Amino acid sequence: MTKQHPLPMTDNRCWYLTFIAWVFATCGTLISLFFSEIVQLPVCVLCWYQRIALYPLVLILPLGLFPFDIKVIRYVSPLVILGWFAALFHVLVAAGLVPESAQPCVQGIPCSETHFNLFGFLNIPVMSLLTFTFIAALLYFTKKVFSQSTTKA
Amino acid sequence: MNNKSIFISVAAFIAVIFIAAVAMYQSQQPSTVANELLPALERENVPTKGGKNAKVTIVEFFDPACGTCSQFYPLVNNLVKKYQGKVKVEMRYAPLHQGSEDVVKMLEAAHMQGQFWPAAELLFANQQRWVEHHVSNPDNALAGIKTLSLDHERLAQDWQSDKVAKIIARDIRDGQTLKVRATPQFFVNGKPLIVFGYQELLDLVEAEVAAAY
Repeated sequence: MTKQHPLPMTDNRCWYLTFIAWVFATCGTLISLFFSEIVQLPVCVLCWYQRIALYPLVLILPLGLFPFDIKVIRYVSPLVILGWFAALFHVLVAAGLVPESAQPCVQGIPCSETHFNLFGFLNIPVMSLLTFTFIAALLYFTKKVFSQSTTKA
Repeated sequence: MNNKSIFISVAAFIAVIFIAAVAMYQSQQPSTVANELLPALERENVPTKGGKNAKVTIVEFFDPACGTCSQFYPLVNNLVKKYQGKVKVEMRYAPLHQGSEDVVKMLEAAHMQGQFWPAAELLFANQQRWVEHHVSNPDNALAGIKTLSLDHERLAQDWQSDKVAKIIARDIRDGQTLKVRATPQFFVNGKPLIVFGYQELLDLVEAEVAAAY
């Protein structure tokens, strides 16, 4: 085996950034499971789309952590981007900015209804949007730090 | 600390927090319906089966279009038979399926003639004839009810009356108050069936009978 990239010290910053993104994804996953399975709040369609984007990150990101592999960012980016847009749409629906007729949740559970509110603004869709935003930002910085450190080396 | 041990300790920390949160939440859950919600559970003149002076009351929120409700129907009947005179069941409407609201109105109209049980039994037994892809077809349901010996003129007037509409609206409101999100939902002497299943219902009823008699 040839050593292709002798990893410089700055590289561990990349590891930490991706690791923190994983912590966000895992906490988001467990919190959403807590609300749906333990508190038994109903899960609307839009929540499911966001879950589809969020849950795989819990398993895929660690594969890029051991050993650190910058390609993982490329692999998870479609999920993060789709999840971010689904969350944004959900926030707009919950805030009433998207009309009832434009939302896909007709049967059973309306997406516009929020069951949980922290500090007056932090409902579940907002938490989801924040989570996806943090994950996207962390992964973006990972990429940035990585390309800086490799061009220096 | 290397990366691997950081990862493992943080993962373990998150897992412990999660398990603790679940345990804390579950220990704080009330096993009985709160006193201020009890009126929503105890309404008069609802369809009832079993001993009049029974000390154990099962309240079932149901939708005639719900498949699980129809599977539970004979099981609940068995319970009432098994504890003759000690257990009664009260039926409350939770028309969660599309189109079911009209169908439960027909049931309530049949109840006004004392014929709730034959009508409910008929609808449960013939669900495939009036429920398609989880959507109720009230016309087909009515066609089924017409085969029963009832005062059909009166039934046709009653099921669209304000009186019946008010009763259905009350049951829907009560269901929301009691957080009924799926059917069938059972309450035994004010205790909700937390883990759903026939054995669980049996155990709950058994415990309540043992406590009351």
